[in-house]
Amino acid sequence: MKMLTRLIDGLSARVLILLGVVAVALLVAPLIAGDYLLTVLILILYFAYIGQAWNIMMGFAGQLSLGHALYVGLGAYTAAALYVHFGIGPWLGLLVAVPVAALAGAFIGFLAFRFKVGGVYFAILTIAVCEFARVGFDHLAWTHGSSGLFLPVSQYSGNDLWLLRGRPVMFYYILLVATALAFIGCRALLQSRIGYFWRAIREDEEAARSTGIDTFHYKMIAVVISASMTSFAGVIYAFYYNNLFPEQVFHISRSIEIILGPIVGGVGTLFGPILGAFVLTGLAETLNTVLAALGIDLPGAKQVFYGVCLLLVIMTLPDGVWPWLARRIGLSERGP
Amino acid sequence: VPAEIYLNVAVGGVLTGLVYGLMALGLSVIFGVVRVVNFAHGEMMTIAMYIALTLFSAFHLDPLVMLIPIAAVLFAFGYALQAAVINPFVTRPDYIQFLLLVAIAIIMVNVLLILFGPDAKGIQTSYSYDSFQFGKLIVDATKAYAGLAALVVAAGLFAFFQYTILGTAIRACADNYTGALVVGLDVKHLYALTFGLGAACVGAAGVMLILIVDVTPSLGPAYTLLAFVIVITGGLGSMPGALLGGVLIGLTEAMAGLLFTPSAKSMFAFAILVLVLLFRPQGIMGKRAA
Repeated sequence: MKMLTRLIDGLSARVLILLGVVAVALLVAPLIAGDYLLTVLILILYFAYIGQAWNIMMGFAGQLSLGHALYVGLGAYTAAALYVHFGIGPWLGLLVAVPVAALAGAFIGFLAFRFKVGGVYFAILTIAVCEFARVGFDHLAWTHGSSGLFLPVSQYSGNDLWLLRGRPVMFYYILLVATALAFIGCRALLQSRIGYFWRAIREDEEAARSTGIDTFHYKMIAVVISASMTSFAGVIYAFYYNNLFPEQVFHISRSIEIILGPIVGGVGTLFGPILGAFVLTGLAETLNTVLAALGIDLPGAKQVFYGVCLLLVIMTLPDGVWPWLARRIGLSERGP
Repeated sequence: VPAEIYLNVAVGGVLTGLVYGLMALGLSVIFGVVRVVNFAHGEMMTIAMYIALTLFSAFHLDPLVMLIPIAAVLFAFGYALQAAVINPFVTRPDYIQFLLLVAIAIIMVNVLLILFGPDAKGIQTSYSYDSFQFGKLIVDATKAYAGLAALVVAAGLFAFFQYTILGTAIRACADNYTGALVVGLDVKHLYALTFGLGAACVGAAGVMLILIVDVTPSLGPAYTLLAFVIVITGGLGSMPGALLGGVLIGLTEAMAGLLFTPSAKSMFAFAILVLVLLFRPQGIMGKRAA
C-alpha cells in the first residue's frame, strides 16, 4: 500500500484521470480492434517501450545514442539463436540476452565516457558500433549470416506464454505490461537520487562533476539500464516476427525509427515517448490508408509525405508534442 | 596473387580516398563553422550523382566538364537550405538538429527513389576502361582524373579560406560566434555561404564518384556515415585531416576488399574509427581538447 501511494505521489487528479482513461482504453482495445488495428497497436507499444528506454539515455542523462538498434538486435539474435540451436525458451533466453546487450552498452559507454567522447562524437560512435554489428552478423555463420535466422512457425490454436508462440494479442498484452512497467520504472528513476544526478549531468556536466557527482559512473548506469531494457524489446521482436536479417535488424533506419517517437513526443518527458509512438505510427498508417485510397502506388511517396510531416512537426513544435499538449489540456508534468 | 596487384589496389584506394576526402571536407567545413551536423550529407552527394548521370545520359555531357556547374547548383541548394530551413536551429540542441536533417534526408532519398527508381545506375564514358601504365603499376584513368580533380577542388577551398576576406570572415564566425556578431559580420549570410560551400564540395565529390561507382537512392545514408567516420578519424575541423582521413579509409577499404571480402570492408572503416576514438579522440590531425 505504501508502494502504491508512493507511485501516485505528486500526481494531480487530472493526470491520474488521464492515466486511468489511457490504461482502460489500452486494456480493452484488443476486444474492439480488428486484426489490422491490433498489429498497428502492437507496433505503437513496441516503439513506446523502446522510446522510453532510449529516453533514459538522452532525455534523462543527456547522452545522444543513435545506435539503439544494436541492443534490439543483440537481444533478438541472442534469444532467437538460443531457441533455434538449443531449444531454450525466450524467458530463459532473456537471462543471456539482457547481459549481452548490457555488456555492449557498457563497452560503448566505457569507450566514450573514459575518453570524454561526448555529444556528436558519442552519437557517431554508437552508430559505428551498430554498423559494425550489422556487417559482423552478416558474416556470422552461427546465426546464418545474411541469409537470415528463422524461428519455426506453425498454426497456433492457443497461446504458449512460456515459449512466446501464439497470436498477436498475446504480444499486445506483453508489450502493454512492459510499456506500463517502463513508464512506472522511469518515473521512479526520475524521482530517485540517480534521476537527479542524471539531470544535473544533462544540464551541465562540468557543474555536476564539481558538486561531486561521479559522472562516469552515472552515465554508465544510464547506458546499461537503457541497453538492458531495449534488449527485452528485441527478444519480443524476434518471437513476434520469427525472422531476423542483419540488414534489417541493425540497419541505421531502425535506430532512427526508435528515436523519432520520443523526440517528436518530447525528449525527457515521461509521456513523450508514448505519445510520439502514437503520433508517428498513426501518421504512417494513415498515410498508407490515404495513399491506397487515392490509388497512389509509388515506392517512396509515403516516405516523402512522412518526411514532410516530420519536418513540419519539428519546425513548429521543436520541444515535442507532449509539452505543447500538456499546456493545452491544462496539465504540466512535474519535473522535467 | 602477384605483388603488384597489392600496389595497384592500394593506388586505386588512395585515389578513391581522395574523393571520399573531398566529400568529408564538405562535412567538416559545415560542422566546423555552422556547428550543425549535416546528417543529409551523403544524400546531397547522391543528388549530385543523379544530376551528373542525367546530364550524361540525356545530353552526353561529360561529368568532368560538368563538375563546376553541378557544384554551383549544389552550392545554391546548400545556401537556400541553410538560410531557409536550418538557420533557426543553429542554436538548438544536437538531437533536434539531427532530427531536422534526418527529415530532410528522408525526403531527399525518397524523392530520388520516385524520380529514378531503386536500380543502381552508372556512367560509361569513352575513357571508362582506359588506364595509365607506369612500369608494373596500372592506374584506372577514371580514378586518376577523379583523385586529381578532388585535390584541385580541395586546394581551391584551402586558398579561399586562407587568402580571401570572405574566407577570413567565415573563419572568424567559426572561432567566435558572438565576436563575429559584435564586429558586424552578417553571420546568417556567412553560415549559409559555408553550408553552400560544403554542399558544393560534396557535389563535386559526387560528380567524380559517379565515374567510379554506380548510384542508388539508398546509397545516401551509407555515404553520410562514411563521411562522419572520415571526418572524426582525420580530426573534426581540420581540413587536411579530412583529406588524410579520406585517403586512409579509401586505402583500408580497398585492401580489406582484396584481402578479405568486399562486403566486410566497411567493418574495417568502423574498426579504425573505434581505434581512433580510443587512442586519439581528437582525430589524427585534430587539436587537443576538440
